[in-house]
Amino acid sequence: MTISAGTFTFVADLVRRRSGVQLTDDKEYLVEARLQPIVRQIGLSGVDEYVDTLRTVPYGAEHDRVVEALTTNETSWFRDFTTFQILIGHTVPALVHDRRVSRPLRVWSAGCSTGQEPYSIAMALLDAAPGLTVEITATDISQEALRRGRAGRYSQLEINRGLPAAMLVRHFTRAGTEWELSEEVRSKVTFSRHNLLDTPPPGGSFDIIFLCYVLIYFGPETRREVLCRVRSVLAPGGFLLLGAAESVIDVGDGWDRVPVGRGHVYQVNARGAA
Amino acid sequence: MRALVVDDSRTMRRIVADILGDLGFDTSQAGNGREALDMLEAGQTFDVACIDWNMPVMDGLEFIAAVRAQHEWSGLTLIMVTTEGERDQVVRALAAGAHEYLMKPFTPDALASKLGLLGLLPVEESL
Repeated sequence: MTISAGTFTFVADLVRRRSGVQLTDDKEYLVEARLQPIVRQIGLSGVDEYVDTLRTVPYGAEHDRVVEALTTNETSWFRDFTTFQILIGHTVPALVHDRRVSRPLRVWSAGCSTGQEPYSIAMALLDAAPGLTVEITATDISQEALRRGRAGRYSQLEINRGLPAAMLVRHFTRAGTEWELSEEVRSKVTFSRHNLLDTPPPGGSFDIIFLCYVLIYFGPETRREVLCRVRSVLAPGGFLLLGAAESVIDVGDGWDRVPVGRGHVYQVNARGAA
Repeated sequence: MRALVVDDSRTMRRIVADILGDLGFDTSQAGNGREALDMLEAGQTFDVACIDWNMPVMDGLEFIAAVRAQHEWSGLTLIMVTTEGERDQVVRALAAGAHEYLMKPFTPDALASKLGLLGLLPVEESL
């Protein structure tokens, strides 16, 4: 079964307008695969019929559901171990060394999905710098992903994906068929809904911003806008971290790309600060 | 990179070996801990071993303890791959000397992620 060209165009346009994510023409299979479970749940005959009903009603929760279904992505613990090595070995020591005020270290995990990234940051910092006060803001466009993140419970399949066994033992307990994160780790992370195309998240500036495997879904124009917003909430001397495989991305001339170990960090330069 | 798969189930050995093969490893197989130890004692060398817990003759925990008792095998990375999924069992495996722990059933990317944690996979250079 395939979807009609009109259905694809409508969904691609909706997703682009609401999230900035560009679904290229070869992503027809993705639209069908992600919407099929919703269609089955509602009891309609197919994706075309479902999308036809969306066209006839004003924008609402059902449209949000489509955007969420198309923008939620697979995630794992410590995705890119290199990035976390940079965080612990370079970024945090540099910030701690340069600090003039003793406020908490503020971290933003942008596009946090179901919470594995912000919790990985929390665990890494707890283990490497136990005395450091840290506040992690985790944001995503998907309410369902945020709900799962707040719950802090993960299946065995999710636990298997990238979580070091030593951290499993240190920070999780078994809860039925799932694993539950300790209150100590969960208390470091605050989840809130945020669309990267909107204003920056509330709460002031951040010392470290994780924007891993988010920019790859945007076109050049949206990428520039998002990076501009990110720059506006990065504290002086702060660091932006991208995914290890994203070093090919052109971040524009407002950023310095600083090589660290096997990866890179990004800092706002004089042009970006102007 | 060379990998050794230690499991008494031939099907499971093949599944794990296929995943490792796709990731670029040369793989060998052993049906229990004793067979695996024989291979090491005969001078075969490996970068990583994926070891089932419950096996006849010599189980995974005994094999891991035996490997860690020999200094000459200290370069061998040990991953326990098992259906045992209680926290205490993870603790026991780590205490015996396992470097990582993977619970069955698992997906190929989960095994890849564990190898990545252990520095046994190259960083992706491009998207």
